Amino acid sequence: MANTAAHADDHAHDDHDHKPEGFLDRWLFTTNHKDIGTLYLIFAFTMACIGAAMSVVIRAELAAPGLQHVQPYFFNQMTTLHALVMIFGAVMPAFVGLANWMIPLQIGAPDMALPRMNNWSFWIMPFAFLMLLGTLFMPGGGPAGGWTMYPPLALQGGASVAFMVFAVHMMGISSIMGAINIIATILNLRAPGVDLLKMPLFTWTWLITAFLLIAVMPVLAGAVTMLLTDKFFGTSFFNAAGGGDPVMFQHIFWFFGHPEVYIMILPAFGIVSEIIPTFSRKPLFGYQAMVYAVASIAFLSFIVWAHHMFTVGMPLGGELFFMYSTMLIAIPTGVKVFNWVSTMWKGSMTFETPMLWAIGFVILFTIGGFSGLMLAIVPADFQYHDTYFVVAHFHYVLVTGAIFSIIAAIYYWWPKWTGRMVNETWGKFHFWWTMVFVNLTFFPQHFLGLAGMPRRIPDYNVAFADWNLVSSIGAFGMFLTPFMMIAIFAMSKKSGAIAPQRPWEGAHGLEWEVPSPAPHHTFTTPPVIKPGMLAHGDVSH
Amino acid sequence: MRNFGKWGLGTVLMAGCSWAFAAAERAPWQLNMHPGVTQTSHEAYQLHMLSLWICAVIGLIVFGAMFIAMFKFRKSKGAVAATWSHNTVAETIWTIVPILILVVMAYPATKVLISEAYTNESQMTVKVTGYQWKWGYDYVNWGDKPYHVRFISKLAGDSDRTRQLRSGLDPNSVKNAQGENTYLLDVDKPLVLPTNTKVRFVITGDDVIHSWWVPALGWKSDAIPGIINDTWTNISEPGIYRGQCAELCGQDHGFMPIVVKAVPPEEFKAWLDQQEAAQNPSATPAAAPVAQQTPTAAPSNG
Repeated sequence: MANTAAHADDHAHDDHDHKPEGFLDRWLFTTNHKDIGTLYLIFAFTMACIGAAMSVVIRAELAAPGLQHVQPYFFNQMTTLHALVMIFGAVMPAFVGLANWMIPLQIGAPDMALPRMNNWSFWIMPFAFLMLLGTLFMPGGGPAGGWTMYPPLALQGGASVAFMVFAVHMMGISSIMGAINIIATILNLRAPGVDLLKMPLFTWTWLITAFLLIAVMPVLAGAVTMLLTDKFFGTSFFNAAGGGDPVMFQHIFWFFGHPEVYIMILPAFGIVSEIIPTFSRKPLFGYQAMVYAVASIAFLSFIVWAHHMFTVGMPLGGELFFMYSTMLIAIPTGVKVFNWVSTMWKGSMTFETPMLWAIGFVILFTIGGFSGLMLAIVPADFQYHDTYFVVAHFHYVLVTGAIFSIIAAIYYWWPKWTGRMVNETWGKFHFWWTMVFVNLTFFPQHFLGLAGMPRRIPDYNVAFADWNLVSSIGAFGMFLTPFMMIAIFAMSKKSGAIAPQRPWEGAHGLEWEVPSPAPHHTFTTPPVIKPGMLAHGDVSH
Repeated sequence: MRNFGKWGLGTVLMAGCSWAFAAAERAPWQLNMHPGVTQTSHEAYQLHMLSLWICAVIGLIVFGAMFIAMFKFRKSKGAVAATWSHNTVAETIWTIVPILILVVMAYPATKVLISEAYTNESQMTVKVTGYQWKWGYDYVNWGDKPYHVRFISKLAGDSDRTRQLRSGLDPNSVKNAQGENTYLLDVDKPLVLPTNTKVRFVITGDDVIHSWWVPALGWKSDAIPGIINDTWTNISEPGIYRGQCAELCGQDHGFMPIVVKAVPPEEFKAWLDQQEAAQNPSATPAAAPVAQQTPTAAPSNG
């Protein structure tokens, strides 16, 4: 996905990009939102491959009963790091990369509001992950207490605890700076005429997501700092023997963790809300309702955290409150799904690759939403909790939700980034291959959970063997998809058809008003908004 | 089950689908939750089926509409896009109706939860302690009579040998006398409980957080150091019920199963008295069998 090749394309719109000449000047010292966006996306893709490799270790061990490949402790390191790498290394940076690329283009801004900080936000990330992944090569190995880092178990780790805590601090700093930058950009740099309620949904969802990030990343930092002092400085925040409370960690962690879940899905809602109207050739249904739904989901995300911990022994009143508040999330989420379907209704649809991924998102994310609703029912959750049913649930919302939307976004905006079209046949093959194997991987996990298989175990009774084998076959098929993606996009970069300025017939919005590929600097003078230029210029809907 | 007697939807739906799912506990290719052997587990199962069917129906409607749209409103079929993007009536309906559906789900769930939280009026109490990586059980009382029976329950030897990395042993051949595969689901000493008795559990952890879960009983409860959780069960039929630790607790988290052996109350009482005599011979000298004195196994905690 590198954007490094010199643009020798003989485009009519040729311009003087003023890109820095040297490699270091161009990439290490960059303050350009497009280059930083590219860096984020490459980083996220690399991390996704590492995380996927870990999942292959997990699924290989789980392919058959008995321990064949790894010791249980190493298995636990894999599950822990797989989650940390995928959440903080792949999904979040990918969304930040898309935000960097697209928000200035969508609101007619010349760049992000704080370009130097933007550079720093990115360049912290590789170091955070070097530290985190480096623990695998240290005595005692990597963190093995789960990505949720529950004490006292997490504190049984060795030096990896400190490295994990500092890595989380650095990711947090990066996220907070990124979020500040996005808020500052959206609130200050919109071109005249791009009112808040005329902004594209992707920009809207990121504005709200950025506020969530600012609110909760410091909470996570506080929680892990207390872990650090409990481990190394003799405090007892979470140590019952010293007057502390292990459950308090869970409350603090999930006060971060639940909004975090929406940090990873709200931008996905935004992406899908861009793509479906484009390929339905019809304006987004209920634009304002969509914005308000995202805002309500964001608000609710702060008052549902304890549904991750229904089995810790909360008082009845607490369980009821968190059950009701969690169920309420179904309302705005339902509104979003109904609006996407209504956008398609009486449209004039075509099914180019980005649209396929977006439709796949709507269907499979909704399945993840259904299992989420089921998990909210406390008496049933007493059975579901910490089983493979939960694993299936969050992979449906994160893989077929967040990651599907990221892939959809890459297919959608790639022509704008590179000036090249992607081969539709291969794009569709990529989609259908993924559809088959992702469902093969995760759907049987519902059955395993309901049959009673706990999560985070390296071995299991033979009754669970069949569905586990199916799931592992699915995972091995999934592991081919990153390489497929590299091939497809490298092929496009090298020999793809030249992309027009508006490669998708139904696309509206300012990003389609600049040439393809987007020049190094865009909107150095604010665009003059003409009627019909904005996707949501008509505020009546 | 009585919570739903007058409220038949769940039962009807359950009956409608019961053919689709095998009834055995942990069967190969099993698709669905097992209804279990307690009121709690039946209620959990019914709420599960209720919400599953509600989701299935909503899914059918939403995905059905999507597929109709995808086939009908194609550009290749000459579909021309409408220009509307708003419909107040539709939007009101699909905000209000889901609220009503949620109420339908929340009402029975609330009733069940309230009954599950009521741990009073139990006939006996068992204290469960999670250790890395085994379970400790203390029988505290039977009715008004205090007991001091305590033992540790850990993974059975055949499973433990088989589960070692590249042990060369076949998990499929770990079977009990009945021919049931018990790989990773068998212990050296099961928790014996009486049937048709309200048993209260107090659950805690010794080192890290564990979670005590037997699916047939219908709930799990975290075993947390420094915290005592209480919950209850009332098992309706005798049998062997197996479960596992459900909270990541370190390297052998997958290897600390739970086995509950439910027996009729008279049989249980006889067993408990025998254990008491064996573990605390001085307290009940008359019943003490001489051969089984184990001085280390008699802590006097309650």
